[in-house]
Amino acid sequence: MPMATPIIQVENLVKSYGDVQAVRGVSFSVEEGEVFGLLGPNGAGKTSTVEILEGLRDLDGGRVSVCGLDPQRDSQALKHEIGAALQSTSLPDKLRVMEALRLFSSFYKRRRNPEELLKRFGLEEKRNTFYSQLSGGQKQRLALAMALVNDPKVLFFDEPTAGLDPQVRREIYDIIEELKHEKKTIVMTTHYIEEAERLCDRVAIVDHGKVVALGTPRELKTRSGGTTRIEVRLARPETDGALKKLEGVADAREVDGAYVIHSHRAPQTIVAIVKHLEAQGNELVSLEIASPSLEDVFIEMTGRRLRD
Amino acid sequence: MRNFATLTRMRIQLTLRNRMFLFFTVLMPFAFFFLYAGVFAKGQPIVVKFFFGPVISLTVMGSFWGLSAALVMFREQGILRRFHVTPVTASDMLASSIVANYILMFPTVLLEFLFARYIFHVTHFGDLLAAFILISVGTISFASLGLVVASVTNTMQETQVINQLLWLPLIFLSGATFPLAFLPHVVQKVSLFLPATYLVQGLQRAIFNSLPIWQLGVQVGSLTFWAILTFFLSTQLFRWEPEVKVPRNAKLLVLATAIPFLLLGLWENKFGNIPAQAQSAYDSLSAPAKSSPPPDSQKESDSPKEPDSPK
Repeated sequence: MPMATPIIQVENLVKSYGDVQAVRGVSFSVEEGEVFGLLGPNGAGKTSTVEILEGLRDLDGGRVSVCGLDPQRDSQALKHEIGAALQSTSLPDKLRVMEALRLFSSFYKRRRNPEELLKRFGLEEKRNTFYSQLSGGQKQRLALAMALVNDPKVLFFDEPTAGLDPQVRREIYDIIEELKHEKKTIVMTTHYIEEAERLCDRVAIVDHGKVVALGTPRELKTRSGGTTRIEVRLARPETDGALKKLEGVADAREVDGAYVIHSHRAPQTIVAIVKHLEAQGNELVSLEIASPSLEDVFIEMTGRRLRD
Repeated sequence: MRNFATLTRMRIQLTLRNRMFLFFTVLMPFAFFFLYAGVFAKGQPIVVKFFFGPVISLTVMGSFWGLSAALVMFREQGILRRFHVTPVTASDMLASSIVANYILMFPTVLLEFLFARYIFHVTHFGDLLAAFILISVGTISFASLGLVVASVTNTMQETQVINQLLWLPLIFLSGATFPLAFLPHVVQKVSLFLPATYLVQGLQRAIFNSLPIWQLGVQVGSLTFWAILTFFLSTQLFRWEPEVKVPRNAKLLVLATAIPFLLLGLWENKFGNIPAQAQSAYDSLSAPAKSSPPPDSQKESDSPKEPDSPK
C-alpha cells in the first residue's frame, strides 16, 4: 500500500484543566493498521490525549484528526468509526452480558454479530450473568468485546490491563495481539513497559504532558546506545560523579535510591564497581544486570522510574 | 430515534430488576392510597373520590426521586461515560428515562383506580380524559425536574438533600396531604407559586368536579409549559463525566425552572380563584355527608374569609 495519510494526526495538542496543563503540545501520527502506544506514568496526559481523540473532551489548542474527521466538530460521525475501552467506566449492575453487547451494538450503523464476539472473548458461559457478578478480568474482556461491536476502524484502549492480575493481563495481551493481526488500528495507553514492548509497533513516551521520545520499541532501546544496564544498591550513598568515571560506563544516575549504570563493557564495569566500593569502604547490597528496556529510555529522558 | 427506543427498553428492564423501585414506585404510593382512602376518608366513596386527585398527584410527583437518583448514580459510576463514546446523545439518554418512568408509573396509577373502584366503591371518576392528560404532563414535568436536580448536584448525597427540600413543600403546601381548604390563608397564597398545586388542584377538579380539559386550561397549560422548559434545561445542564463539576452559571439557570410558576403565582394571587374552588369542593363534600370526615384540624382552618366568593 502506498503511504496514505495517517489515520490519526495530532499536532501540538494542548489541554488544561483550570490552572493545570495536562497536555502541553503533543504531536504524533498513527498509520492505519498500526498499534500505537502512549507510555508514561499516571497523570502524564495520556488519558486526556486519548479522550480528545475520542471526541469526549474539547481541546484547548492544536489540531487533531481521526479517520479524517475533527473529533470536536464531527463527533457524532466519528463515534460510528471508533471503539473504545475507557478507564473508570462501568455498566449498570443489573445488565446481563449479552444484553450489554446487544444494547451497545444497536447504537451503530455498522455492526458485528454479538454472538461471535461473545464466543471470541470467552464469555459464552457468562452470557446471562449480571455485570456486577463478573470478575475483573471478565469485565475487562467484556469491555474489549463492547469496543468491537461496531467493527470500528480505530480502537482506543486506555490502560487495558490496569489493576488486573498477571494471568488475566496475558489473556488481554493475546486478545490485543489477535486484533493486531487483523490489521486493526489501535491506540493504547499504558504505564507497563512490558505491555508497550510486546504489543506496540511504535511507542510515544509521554511525561508531564509532552512526548519525550517516539519510535519503535527497538529504536528507542538502541537510543540508549547498545549498552548493558547494571542496577546496584549500595550500603551507603555514592556520588554519581564517581560511578560515571569508572571503566566502560556511559551513564550513571541515581533512581529511587538505586544506581542505574549503563555500560559498554559490562564485565569490566562490574569489576571496577566492586573495586571502587572496596576502596571507599562501601558495600554492595544488590546487583542486577539486564539488557536495556524502554524503562531505561524513560529514566534517561526523565530521570525517574515509570512505576507509580 | 432507535437509540432512544432501545435505551427506554433497557431503563425499564433495569428498573424492574431493582428492589428500590418496587418500594418507591409501587409500595409507597399504595401506602399513601390506603392511608387516605381507608383512614382519612374512612372508606366513604365520596370522600375517597375527593382525596383521589391528591393521592394520584403524590404518585405522579414521586417520579423525580427515582429519576434524579438513577441519573446521578449512572454518572458517578462512570456508566454515562461508556455511553458517551457511542453515538447516543444527551437527549436520547434523558428522554428515555422520562418515557421509561412514564410507562412504569402507569400500572401503579391504574391499580389505584381499580382499588378505588372495587375496594372503596367509587363508581365515577369525573372527567377521565382531563385526568389522563394531567397525569401525563405531571409525570413528564416532575420527571424532568428530577433530571435537572441530577445535573446540578455533584454527589448522591447532595441530590437526596435537594430532593427532600423540594419534596416537603411540594406535598405539604400544595393540598396533596392537607386539602388546600384547610391551609391558612398565607400558606394558600404561597401554594399558588408551586407547580404541585396546579397538578393537585387540577386532578381534584377533573376527578371530583368532573371538569373537562378546556376548563382546566391554566393547570394543563402551565404544567405543559413547565415540562418543556424543564426538559430543555435538563438537556442543557446534562453532564456525562463525574469529574466535570457544575458551572456556577448553570446553577443560576436552574432558577429559570421556577420563573413560570413565580409569574403564574403572582397572577393567580391577584386574579385567580383556585383556593375558593378548593374551598367549595371541600364544602360540597361535607354538606351531603352531614359530617366532617377528615381529622381534627377543622379548627385550624377557621380563617374562612376567602378573598372572593365562589362565582
